[in-house]
Amino acid sequence: MDISLIFKIASIGILLGILNIILDKADKKEFSYIITLVGVVIVFGMVISLISRLFDSIRSIFQLY
Amino acid sequence: MTGWDVMDIVQIVGIGIISTILIILLRQSNKAEFALLVSAITGMIIFSMVIDKMRYVIETLSSLARNVNMEFTYFSTILKIIGIAYIVEFGAQISRDAGENAIASKIELGGKVIMMVLAMPIILALLDLIMKVLP
Repeated sequence: MDISLIFKIASIGILLGILNIILDKADKKEFSYIITLVGVVIVFGMVISLISRLFDSIRSIFQLY
Repeated sequence: MTGWDVMDIVQIVGIGIISTILIILLRQSNKAEFALLVSAITGMIIFSMVIDKMRYVIETLSSLARNVNMEFTYFSTILKIIGIAYIVEFGAQISRDAGENAIASKIELGGKVIMMVLAMPIILALLDLIMKVLP
């Protein structure tokens, strides 16, 4: 299992936080919201496949079909 | 599977501490959704590190149950209930972390109902036994 995904997600989050602050200061609140939304979608796409793999392995171990 | 490796626990604790620090950092910068995703992925990574060992334990237990010549369906039912408990716990913890207690308790309710349905044959067998013992 790779830990790099944790760092990847956290760095995306911190980067988006900084971008949010900059865009808020420049009076572009609508762009900051859109950027947050896109970031959440991208990260969720990374996470969801791993969670489904975890559930598959739990199902195969505990014989849940 | 060759026994328990001591370095694994160090790895697990290290991953936990690092991700806790990252989550605090994310909460500070008003990104609670990313904090939630990081905590979910951390739980997943730790679980998948442990799951190989768990597979070893379960295979040993099931071979023991086969040797003892008890009814094997009961053992597999218990195994299924444990698996459902793990999955339900995983989902409920994530939604409870996000402050959604209502959804977490609904997830737990669903898990409990499905466990009850799975346990029904065992309860029926127990009642059967009691009826046989009683005159």
